[in-house]
Amino acid sequence: MLKRNRVWLIVALLLLISAAVFPVAAQDQTVTDDEVNEVAGEIYCPVCENTPLDVCQTQACADWRELIRTKLASGETDQQIYDYFARQYGEGVLANPPSRGVSLVVLWVLPVVLLLIGALFFARFMRGLRGDEAQTATAGPAPAMPPSAAPKATGDDYLARVEEELGKTNE
Amino acid sequence: MSDMTQTPPVTAETGRSSRISWTSIALWGAVIGLLALLGWGLMRTNATRPEAGQPAPGFDVEFFNGYEWQGKQAADLDEMRGKVVVLNFWASWCVECRLEADLIEQSWRQYADQDVVFLGVAYADVEPNSIAYLKDFGITYPNAPDLGTDISDMYEITGVPETFFIGKDGVIEHVQIGPLSQATLNGVIQQLLQEG
Repeated sequence: MLKRNRVWLIVALLLLISAAVFPVAAQDQTVTDDEVNEVAGEIYCPVCENTPLDVCQTQACADWRELIRTKLASGETDQQIYDYFARQYGEGVLANPPSRGVSLVVLWVLPVVLLLIGALFFARFMRGLRGDEAQTATAGPAPAMPPSAAPKATGDDYLARVEEELGKTNE
Repeated sequence: MSDMTQTPPVTAETGRSSRISWTSIALWGAVIGLLALLGWGLMRTNATRPEAGQPAPGFDVEFFNGYEWQGKQAADLDEMRGKVVVLNFWASWCVECRLEADLIEQSWRQYADQDVVFLGVAYADVEPNSIAYLKDFGITYPNAPDLGTDISDMYEITGVPETFFIGKDGVIEHVQIGPLSQATLNGVIQQLLQEG
């Protein structure tokens, strides 16, 4: 009786151990759709414009997603998969192409150059403005207005006051 | 004799103007450079498919395992000069490519002993699927993957299947968009063989 109980105990233990181990083993070999789509979202469809692989419905995209699944199952990292796709199908399929060559120029160098050019143009513009101010200052006070150019006595006191203030500033 | 010539004094004004002129040159140079870069980018974007009468863009290929041309695992289009080249872009996921696969293989066998080279290029395809496709249709003519989509970019293909007929002088003579028919395939090849 005791012997039979021991056998059942061993069987139960084995079942428990297998229940704990097998899902882990199965998990290692199974790659979920979410895992595939996480990588696929960073790759673009080869035959349709601007469609990421994870939402693309073409057969070509389905094939590529299966390829990603196979590569993930074989233990390749996301970066290794991106590198493979870039090598096989060109860097144009990557959502974030590596910064070198044309990508480096367009994404990094060009904005900096544009910013520098803009800054230089702005500096030149400001210098020009300062030069004009200096010239006006050396030219002396503004000539007195001829009587004909003086504001007419139309009751426009505001305009007269502006002219007066301008005259003071120039002195 | 006293030296009457006097060099004008270097004033801050002249120093400033020469500095400004160099700045101007640098600025305008940078602007022109940028415009040239943008123009080059636009030209690349708007590049059109090479048409009949234009030289075929050169490329080299590494064939799939089990495929070769003249005993070599890799080939260059220039090496095929003097032969009529039928350059066919296809993919295993392409339904219409399946319609012409048998026809192309039959033509290859028909013209095998003449100056005609058939060259298949798998576009944006997964290699095991490409090989399975070639096996399914019993294709024996040289076939290669389009690594980095370099060849399809050069030929500006808009889809598959597309076929370029290249004359013995390396000039494109006919472009077929979509599946080939027996009449087109034989007609163009015969014409190019006679011209050569």
